[in-house]
Amino acid sequence: MNLHAIRAIYLFEMARAWRTLFQTIVSPVLTTTLYFVVFGAAIGSRMTEIDGVAFGAFIIPGLIMLSILTQSVSNASFGIYFPKFTGTIYEILSAPISAVEIVISYVGAAATKSVILGLIILVTARVFVPYEIAHPAAMLAFLVLTAVSFSLFGFIIGIWADNFEKLQFIPMLVITPLTFLGGSFYSIDMLPEFWRTVSLFNPVVYLISGFRWSFFGSGDVSIGISLAMTLGFLALCLIVIWRIFETGYRLKA
Amino acid sequence: MPSDTLVQEPAARPPDAAAPPPGIISVQGLSKTYAGGFQALKNVDLEIRRGEIFALLGPNGAGKTTLISAICGLINPTTGRILADGHDVVRDFRAARKKIGLVPQEISIDMFETVWATVSFSRGVFGKPPDPAHIEKVLKDLSLWDKKDAKLLALSGGMKRRVMIAKALSHEPQILFLDEPTAGVDVELRRGMWDMVRGLRASGVTIILTTHYIEEAEEMADRVGVIDKGQIILVEEKTALMKKLGKKQLSLELVEPLARLPEALAGYDLGLENDGRRLVYAFDTQGERTGVTRLLRDLDALGLRFTDMDTKQSSLEEIFVSLVRKTP
Repeated sequence: MNLHAIRAIYLFEMARAWRTLFQTIVSPVLTTTLYFVVFGAAIGSRMTEIDGVAFGAFIIPGLIMLSILTQSVSNASFGIYFPKFTGTIYEILSAPISAVEIVISYVGAAATKSVILGLIILVTARVFVPYEIAHPAAMLAFLVLTAVSFSLFGFIIGIWADNFEKLQFIPMLVITPLTFLGGSFYSIDMLPEFWRTVSLFNPVVYLISGFRWSFFGSGDVSIGISLAMTLGFLALCLIVIWRIFETGYRLKA
Repeated sequence: MPSDTLVQEPAARPPDAAAPPPGIISVQGLSKTYAGGFQALKNVDLEIRRGEIFALLGPNGAGKTTLISAICGLINPTTGRILADGHDVVRDFRAARKKIGLVPQEISIDMFETVWATVSFSRGVFGKPPDPAHIEKVLKDLSLWDKKDAKLLALSGGMKRRVMIAKALSHEPQILFLDEPTAGVDVELRRGMWDMVRGLRASGVTIILTTHYIEEAEEMADRVGVIDKGQIILVEEKTALMKKLGKKQLSLELVEPLARLPEALAGYDLGLENDGRRLVYAFDTQGERTGVTRLLRDLDALGLRFTDMDTKQSSLEEIFVSLVRKTP
């Protein structure tokens, strides 16, 4: 294991977050705060409880997931796309560092940023709505698992993308809609039968459901299925990344 | 992950004073065909000797950068094998790459970083523990010390290029690749870089440089390799190459200009320059007879007098051009 290399890249990526503090932390926190003000305080007070949980509290897990998903993908994709764009990737490719170590450093840094962001939003939410976390350990585990899975997914996008449009394409046109339709702001039980069935094909439903379970002890689908789907997505990303390095796809001619 | 480093060690050699030292880089049967079908390297064999400065010359698109990229791990070779200090660069990439520093042709640096941060980063990526004293030395050697806290985007082009070199030297490599190190660098800075490269060689680093500037190879190299259309067409000691292929030119400044060459001199390879004021004679230094004495005698017989004479060795550039033209 080239631990010095992992440390160097990880710290470099974390330093980049510090340099772009507004973009990485302040802006998502601000956005989430606006959601709480609008949906939690303004509209939420007129909404009925969902599964015995006040609407303001009900949307917390979904909102955190929304931020984690989009930020993991954009952070990790940018982290690996940028060296490709500027050409500095030559150094990583010529260094005595394996594919596993490259992934650990880039994805580790992106996931760390997402988890920190998630926790900040969690604390911010406390200012607006009272809530309790039923399974704190499970909550943290889901947070980390999701951050890692989507950072891996972002890493894949960053390698696949060969221009800035492609880099933006997946987060904008796939992640955001799937998250909104994945039950961030509602329980999929509230949907008509047909749309509930359609929703079950949306992988984000399982993430949000599992995460919500860790808060309130109940979700749209059982916690076992949520966990299995999340792990399945993680495994899928790992396989794709393994193939990328095996073939040198978009990295080596 | 490959771990069989022992297998990669070169076989012990019987003591033999005449045997050349084992090459620090050994390229064997290397070919590279890009996805589009373009064959950039064709069955290249090349040995780089320990401690030498090797200049790789070739026209644009000849395969210089592809060859370096294959050795440094930036591209996957189609066939063939490369050893760096006895380590296979694919199977035993960790041991091989630790020995190698690469300065690519393009300036590719993270513009928002400081000089100190980016050079320290490189050392870490190459698996070395932090060593501020070494980074300080590298930056001082490259006259970058007073810029260590400056952001890269604030540096001049020449400084950025030196930062690239500092990054490559941050992990104390034994082999340094310089891909067109002085492209677009002014004369003074170029001299400075040459001095630096000589200093590195003196400290035991093997240097492989590619260049268009023949002058650079002529000035620096111990040996010269010429690559054209993906094939190494020649590898030779620089001095031997110049002696073997070198032609000398004798220039005679005439007192009275000539309108054309006298018939009596038709047997010589002569040219008239400078409005007939200069007679130029090209001869092969390796030839049995250079013909100089005979020419001078004949000129005397014709009553031609001259004010000055000068001989000049043809440059590596002329040799290079004649070599590349010959290949089909």
